[in-house]
Amino acid sequence: MQDLSLHILDIVENSIDAGATKIEIMIDEDIEHNQLKIKIKDNGKGMDKETLKKVLDPFYTTKTVRRVGLGLSLFAQTVKEADGKIEIRSKLKKGTAVSANLKYNHIDRKPMGNIIETIMALLATKAQDIDFIYIHKKNKNEFVLNTKEIKKKLNSIMINEPEVLNFLRTRIKKGLKEIGVAV
Amino acid sequence: MPLSATTIFIIYSKKERTMKKLKIGDLEKIREKVARTRVLREGKARARITVHMGTCGIAAGARDILSAVMEEIEKRKVKDVIVTTSGCAGLCSREPMVTVELVDKPPVKYVDLTPEKIKKIFSEHILKGNIVTEYALAVGSETTH
Repeated sequence: MQDLSLHILDIVENSIDAGATKIEIMIDEDIEHNQLKIKIKDNGKGMDKETLKKVLDPFYTTKTVRRVGLGLSLFAQTVKEADGKIEIRSKLKKGTAVSANLKYNHIDRKPMGNIIETIMALLATKAQDIDFIYIHKKNKNEFVLNTKEIKKKLNSIMINEPEVLNFLRTRIKKGLKEIGVAV
Repeated sequence: MPLSATTIFIIYSKKERTMKKLKIGDLEKIREKVARTRVLREGKARARITVHMGTCGIAAGARDILSAVMEEIEKRKVKDVIVTTSGCAGLCSREPMVTVELVDKPPVKYVDLTPEKIKKIFSEHILKGNIVTEYALAVGSETTH
């Protein structure tokens, strides 16, 4: 993966496959403490302890179309390269949370990449059925987007209508800029 | 931080101890506009485009492919094309891939895609119904749903 925003999209795809109806994406750029935290939390079907032990093994997968499972292993590698830690918590029938803590200024820390396009990809294809909460923190400021509230306001209009998506893209961009995130 | 019932976007500054809610009036205006122009969404769509978003797809550029599809839909003001995503189809070396299904037609898988190729697939296959055979992997009888 080229950057963190693509890893995030990939991990969220796991949550979608796990049948989640609510997915929270949290990014915390805590420059003061030289930390970049990423957390993806879902209410999908979760994993038992045995499965949880195997998720970082590239040769473990739930898929039958191929014999390798690289998503989480690649992310773990990316985190490790930036002198970071990854933690995966899961409970059967409750959900899964993937948390990573990377060293912000580490020379090998991958860039964030285009996080807006990652969020837009999810809003355009999955937000009709899944509630997404995107929280982006930078130092002491934060930006929150909650699709459940947006859908409530939209009534019967689909969140994936081009006009709506356009509006949301502009607003996310503006919001991130205001909290000091380079977009 | 509590999320109130009307909160859509929040910008919260601990330093200033203020919470600024962005205006949602615009969203309501858009809602009305869309309601007036919407015609076919509820009925049968003319096409479904599935972008394969497995780890392999994402690493190969599937997100840019999805953005290109969305851009075409917006640019051409097409209202009856559904865009969705699926996982890895087992052909990781041919990613990025999309599957295009026109109503009552067998699905077509396109491989080794670029945003440029999407433009052609959109104008030729989705809008005119002509399969772009040079980018297609195969024409099959399976569906993605």
